[in-house]
Amino acid sequence: MLTQSTATPTVASHAAVEEVTHLRERSLRQKMLTSQSFWVTVAVLAIIIVMTLYQPAAFASADNFFNITRNFAFIGIMALGMTAVILTGGIDLSVGSIMGLVGVVCGLLLQAGHHWALAIGAALLAGAAAGAANGVLIAYVGLPSFVVTLGMLSIARSLAIVLSQNKIIYQLGPYGDAFDAIGGGDMLGVANPVWLLVVMALVFGYVFNFTAWGRYLFAIGGNENASRLTGVPVKRIKLEAYVVSGVTAAIASVMIVGWQGSAINALGTGYELRVIASTVIGGASLIGGEGGAFGAVMGAALIEVIRNSLLMAGVDSNWQGTFVGLFIVLAVLLQRIRQRPAE
Amino acid sequence: MALLELDGIAKHFGAIEALKGVDMRLEGGEVVGLMGDNGAGKSTLVKIIAGNFPPSEGEIRMGGAVKNFHKPVDARAEGIEVVYQDLALCNNLTAAANVFLGRELKRRLGPFRILDYPAMYARAAELFKELKSETRPRDLVKQMSGGQRQAVAIARTRLTDARIVLMDEPTAAISVRQVAEVLDLIRRLKDQGIAVVLISHRMPDVFAVSDRVVVMRRGAKVADKPIARTSPEEVTGLITGAIRTA
Repeated sequence: MLTQSTATPTVASHAAVEEVTHLRERSLRQKMLTSQSFWVTVAVLAIIIVMTLYQPAAFASADNFFNITRNFAFIGIMALGMTAVILTGGIDLSVGSIMGLVGVVCGLLLQAGHHWALAIGAALLAGAAAGAANGVLIAYVGLPSFVVTLGMLSIARSLAIVLSQNKIIYQLGPYGDAFDAIGGGDMLGVANPVWLLVVMALVFGYVFNFTAWGRYLFAIGGNENASRLTGVPVKRIKLEAYVVSGVTAAIASVMIVGWQGSAINALGTGYELRVIASTVIGGASLIGGEGGAFGAVMGAALIEVIRNSLLMAGVDSNWQGTFVGLFIVLAVLLQRIRQRPAE
Repeated sequence: MALLELDGIAKHFGAIEALKGVDMRLEGGEVVGLMGDNGAGKSTLVKIIAGNFPPSEGEIRMGGAVKNFHKPVDARAEGIEVVYQDLALCNNLTAAANVFLGRELKRRLGPFRILDYPAMYARAAELFKELKSETRPRDLVKQMSGGQRQAVAIARTRLTDARIVLMDEPTAAISVRQVAEVLDLIRRLKDQGIAVVLISHRMPDVFAVSDRVVVMRRGAKVADKPIARTSPEEVTGLITGAIRTA
């Protein structure tokens, strides 16, 4: 940390310059210690260890592990898409409502007797369309992402209520069982949504770090004007980020409707804040240009582990919001402390 | 046939006339100092050549052929590179990532095309060595000094075979030693037959490296003469309007 503040090479000899610059190149260990996702992982492991010692029977059971991982899988999947948006310096407040709309679309198609593959296809399409509407208004018309996605939050929820005629959809038709098995099933003792989260986290981590598309998300969040001048297709990339966010909301919705076996239009209410909280706790900066797939997943895991631990420890469940809120503020504080030496 | 010819370039922003019919020629291996007070139209002219926006009137020709640039990438495809005044760097990315921004090297991995980190680090290190800069490819730009940031912005112009390099105030925010390095670099570009347009407020810099000086005042070109046939005093007079034309 201290080495960075002495960085300006005003020294006379060339060897000294080399010495100073050498210190500035970050080793893997330094990188790890300054990364927020590393500390969030440490926090998750610490809570798990404490709770295992404290309540070995209830907390450290296979059942509880199954529940915890499945509960944060839905949020984690959405947090991956949200990370793409937040990297560009934007925000997507509409993911919870998109989830509700997509759930109703799925439910209605299954109820009408359509194949589960059609329902999933339509779900992904609906999520992509809502994301594209956000993206076009933000990237091409130039409206602020906060306002546009706040509008979509209202519109998608309202459409969900209108389409469902404000009724819960229980009857998922002849293909309902197959559909439920996708979101509600498990393999090797781990719930399907968790497997999906793992696969998607690997894919997103790969895309963020090893493709030009991912590199451009970081560049746009770092300096949008510079990105435009150097030939980054800024508008297209921003549009695509919102489409990706809409699609991840749709995927989470398909999984959650399958798990619950019914579609309600209130599905996903308030989820946008949990998703944003996950990405921020995991190290994403709301100014853009910083964040990652692993951090987003660990952020979601931390929130769920805290929630579960409080329940197990017998703390009144109404305290959960306070603890989660504290962790959000702590995460931002930690980010500020980490960044200070660089500026 | 000139490398670059500007013919009657005008630019209006609503009622504001930023440029009024500017003609200019640029030959390979020529360094032209572009001078003028704030608001004289220097940056507007450079942005038109760089393809940031099209001119309202007039024509840009390269080697006699008319060119219409709609985006910065169009100008870059013709070998026009720009060092912007604010350097146009992303602070959150590494030096190498900034050098290659928008034209990343990729390699095949099965059906996918992924970023070729080793090749980009190696090429960026080569470029920094050529520029005699101690910048390291893996360093984050936000941890760099002014001179190192300048080197990153300049290294970007050396990525492909540029024919024209436009530099907007490259010596404004760096130390004396670094200024000498940038001027050296301009001379090396010239030796390789590259044309350089140097926008600067610093008279000594312009007189140190330029073959020719072009002075702009209120959107019009008021002088265009070889450096040997003018003096800092005359240029100052032209910039302020004390001397009308020369």
